[in-house]
Amino acid sequence: MKKHILPAIKLTVLSILLLCIAYPLIVWGMAQFAPNKGKGKIITHNGKTYYANVGQSFTEDKYFWSRPSAVDYNAAGSGGSNKAASNKEYLQQVQARIDTFLVHNPGIAKSEIPVDLVTASGSGLDPNISVQAAKVQVKRIAKIRGIAEGNLLQLILAKTEKPLFGLFGPEKINVLELNIALDNLK
Amino acid sequence: MNTEILGIIAMFGVTLLLAIPLGKYIAKVYAGERTFLDPVFNPIERLFYKVSGINPDNEMNWKQHLVALLTINLLWFLMSMGILMNMGSLPLNPDGNPSQSADLAFNTTISFLVNCNLQHYSGETGISYLGQIWLMFLQFVTAGVGMAAAVVVFKAFREKSTTQLGNFYNYFLKSCTRILLPISLVLAAIFVFEGMPMTFDGKDTITNLQGDTVQVSRGPVAAFVPIKHVGTNGGGFFGANGAHPLENPSYLTNMVEMFGQFIIPMAMVFAFGFFIRRRKFAWMMYGVMTVGFLLLAIPNINMEMNGNPAITQMGIDNSLGAMEGKEIRLGAAASGFWSIVTTVISTGSINSMHDSSMPLSGMNELLAMMINAFYGGAGAGILNFLIFIILAVFISGLMVGRTPEFMGKKIEAREMKIAMIIALAHPFLILVGTALAAALPQYTSATLANPGFHGFSEMLYEYTSSAANNGSGFEGLGDNTVFWNISTGIVLLLGRFLPIIGPVAIAGLLAEKKFIPESAGTLKTDTSTFGLMVFAVIAIIAALAFFPALALGPIAEYFSLY
Repeated sequence: MKKHILPAIKLTVLSILLLCIAYPLIVWGMAQFAPNKGKGKIITHNGKTYYANVGQSFTEDKYFWSRPSAVDYNAAGSGGSNKAASNKEYLQQVQARIDTFLVHNPGIAKSEIPVDLVTASGSGLDPNISVQAAKVQVKRIAKIRGIAEGNLLQLILAKTEKPLFGLFGPEKINVLELNIALDNLK
Repeated sequence: MNTEILGIIAMFGVTLLLAIPLGKYIAKVYAGERTFLDPVFNPIERLFYKVSGINPDNEMNWKQHLVALLTINLLWFLMSMGILMNMGSLPLNPDGNPSQSADLAFNTTISFLVNCNLQHYSGETGISYLGQIWLMFLQFVTAGVGMAAAVVVFKAFREKSTTQLGNFYNYFLKSCTRILLPISLVLAAIFVFEGMPMTFDGKDTITNLQGDTVQVSRGPVAAFVPIKHVGTNGGGFFGANGAHPLENPSYLTNMVEMFGQFIIPMAMVFAFGFFIRRRKFAWMMYGVMTVGFLLLAIPNINMEMNGNPAITQMGIDNSLGAMEGKEIRLGAAASGFWSIVTTVISTGSINSMHDSSMPLSGMNELLAMMINAFYGGAGAGILNFLIFIILAVFISGLMVGRTPEFMGKKIEAREMKIAMIIALAHPFLILVGTALAAALPQYTSATLANPGFHGFSEMLYEYTSSAANNGSGFEGLGDNTVFWNISTGIVLLLGRFLPIIGPVAIAGLLAEKKFIPESAGTLKTDTSTFGLMVFAVIAIIAALAFFPALALGPIAEYFSLY
């Protein structure tokens, strides 16, 4: 064992130089050519800066709502609810979310509410909702903002992101971008 | 066809297509043959050897390999404890995160040292950037160690009769420089352009559109995430791991991360075949592993896409699937697929919360780690699979009345004893650990996030993940307590080093034996019949050892829900 100690120490020091200094520096160098120089993709709106990939809390009736979050969309942390599918308390919570949604969205049938609007995401920071989740909120927003439902549906269509290369993965909508576009409609 | 399913087929297909050429490349690297990266890495490696006083041509026997391996691991252990317990006052800590307590640092150190990456802290609050970079170092080198150990086994079966099995440092360094580093760089290039942060700035504070003020954690994520996957480590930069929108911003990054973690375990199987010049044998292994993998993955994709029946009953539109703990940009199908990939190959990264999986999906995740040999971790998977092969050779030898032989070597009592001990150690660690946790409710019951059967599953998952060096969790478990930190730390240690020592010893012992040329009386090990035999051995051991525990957890939960 003794004769391995010195080579082990030297090899470790050199590996640190390569893997902990050279490698991150190369990646950092590549990031300087990336959007916002590797500080995260941003959206600017009315002079304010937002992170495009980090979801925001939208609870006011005049906005398209985001999904429920276990961390209230505070990206200082992240995480899911970790509730089991069979947990009774959790199922009551889901039921309560459905009831709340129906109160705020008169004229919507229960069967139209998509599951993403009543379940928390894994990160608590999900920036997206499903297309159906946006459509089901159109009636409410049209009434509050006095915009024709058709215009809102068109907005949703314009903001719908297709699957990757049109082939892989689900369709989705970025809630923040949708709401910024909504504010710009007037 | 459904684009979510198509995405999965693409991920699996691309990985398989590239695994074969990569396997060939890996075999060449370890055989010391010429490759296209020689001009870059030959000078670097020569410098490393010169300064370290290592002669890469100085061959070692299997015992010397293990001593070298354990010595360098001990060194990393000490360094890691020092860094994690003091990082609060060291540089690269813009958010002022605290140092870790001794028991937490012990758990974190062991868990990254053994390529597990079980995390009892959250990246945003529990570690500095210096700590993250140190853990990134461990993610590289521990994968290198696992691969180096596997190559000792490769070498033992390549030579006819030898005690000289190559140089540990040579295998280790080449794994890092010529395999892990280049693939990581390619992945990082994709990630930075997809919006993954690569910055040393601390948390940002923003006011969102609705007027609330929140913080956004950032960091050198795009350097960390590639090796997290390529080395089958799985430790997240952020608490939510691969579900975090900055750690996995798009479906494209999800596909690339999936590819990154899947490619080396698959390629190592083919590399084995190329290296020992028995490609058909590699295909037998690949076949068994793939059948096992699909038997776990397809039901999970299906169950997660069908969603939670209790929510369907509430009368809403449940067509997106079980979205609790899942992200919209990834979808239920890709999350179900990932949940099995990450558990069969010991990555343990997650892109959805496994705690909120459907009950039988959770069971399959557990089973994947209990078997731990369908592809398996970088290097470690082959070692685990070797144990099952030895058992299958012995049992089929007895069944047909022939002397058990494998690769021209007789399997005798000593090898069998080692194989049995290793095969039984895994269930022993998992079941004894869980039984202990269940018997000591004063330490554990308050840490469970869910009542009833699922609470039991949370404990079972924690020890299974530890013993399999996986690192994923039913994360509802409040696991940063002295009890969990220490008990899983011990399971982690034994769960890593026993399955390295055992197979390396078996390979070393076999390599020393006289080579018996194949004859009509030899049991053929590269046929589908033998593959079936290996599969049966795996299924029987897993079923017998784990069925009672699974019946108490996920199976009971299933019947309570449906």
